[in-house]
Amino acid sequence: MEDLIIIGGGPAGLTAGLYAARSRLKTLLMERLSPGGQVLLTDTVENYPGFPEGISGFELMDRMRRQAENFGLEVQSRDIIQLLLSPDKKEVVTDKGRLETRSLILTMGATPRKLAIDGEERLTGKGVSYCATCDGPFYRDREVVVIGGGDTAVEEALYLTRFARKVHLVHRRDELRAARLLQERAFAQEKITIVWDTIPTRVLGNTGVEAIELKNVKSGDVSRLEVDGVFVFIGYNPNNELVKGLLELDSAGFVTTDNDMQTSVPGVFAAGDIRSKLLRQISTAVGEGATAAFAAERYLENMT
Amino acid sequence: MADLLHVSDANFEKEIVQSDIPAMVDFWAEWCGPCKMVGPSVEALAKEYAGKIKIAKMDVDENRETPAKFGIRSIPTLILFKEGKVAQTIVGALPKSDIEEALKKLL
Repeated sequence: MEDLIIIGGGPAGLTAGLYAARSRLKTLLMERLSPGGQVLLTDTVENYPGFPEGISGFELMDRMRRQAENFGLEVQSRDIIQLLLSPDKKEVVTDKGRLETRSLILTMGATPRKLAIDGEERLTGKGVSYCATCDGPFYRDREVVVIGGGDTAVEEALYLTRFARKVHLVHRRDELRAARLLQERAFAQEKITIVWDTIPTRVLGNTGVEAIELKNVKSGDVSRLEVDGVFVFIGYNPNNELVKGLLELDSAGFVTTDNDMQTSVPGVFAAGDIRSKLLRQISTAVGEGATAAFAAERYLENMT
Repeated sequence: MADLLHVSDANFEKEIVQSDIPAMVDFWAEWCGPCKMVGPSVEALAKEYAGKIKIAKMDVDENRETPAKFGIRSIPTLILFKEGKVAQTIVGALPKSDIEEALKKLL
């Protein structure tokens, strides 16, 4: 029997693991891939305090993992099939057997949202991408479109200007949601053109992306833009498959918690992007991970 | 890691297309974070399936010809080959168990 099982190895999970290991809780962190989470999609992290020159997403997560492991956190690569959650019994069913635990911290994060338009799925990996740092170098001297208007969309559009000769940023509103600093950079970047009040309606191409069909939401005009790549950054969906029907979720499917990160089931905590909250950042995830580990420890003390 | 092969544009045809046994190639690059998430799974599977399935990696930064031939514009991409022909293409980082399921279909 474990004291604590943490599911997910992003910033929230690794920080919870760091704190739990230092509290000498018998802790296991399970991650379906290798630890790192969505930060691995980021080229340079500029807004995590302590790194004035920025730090690469991979380097930051490698450091977080090593730091937690230095204090004895055990990280296992496992795929979880099912969770059984009740106030008195918590079980994790994995591809390698069942494990019982006295408490749980859920940090499964979120997955980039898809456009859900014609051609998107068929051309994923053939011009449709959700990761500029992975796929940007395939677009040297090519023309690409970025869909979205938040921090990630603008950051990735800026990143893509390193490779592409032209980047169209298509946004459904008439102003961007991204931080002012990022907006200023985008407006100053000659390779970026912003297409306002516009949504994509179809991705076109046979063996690879050839164009995107766009619709102006104000005029209703439909147009076609010849591009080699379509990069999608329109927000995130929570990775809540394991907890649907077991825990209270908000209307968008994110896990709701109290101030101490406890979910609707006592002894089950949630932290990071999977949680219902205002701001999804590495800096918020680590604070929640620490709080969740502390709250789990207190829960375990009160149990006995 | 003797079981894991590193292939290039130069030996791809010989090692993969003309392979006597089924093969899987992990197209990756140093710059790609999610590639590093699947890397350990691919290495482990290369060991587990040694002699049954040839498992290889190709750095798309050093080799441009083969990825272009297969229309690869996203990494990680895993391509599974049977008798020299593409049996399945997996785009994006998947857990080891999912990759293994695809491998089993090759046997």
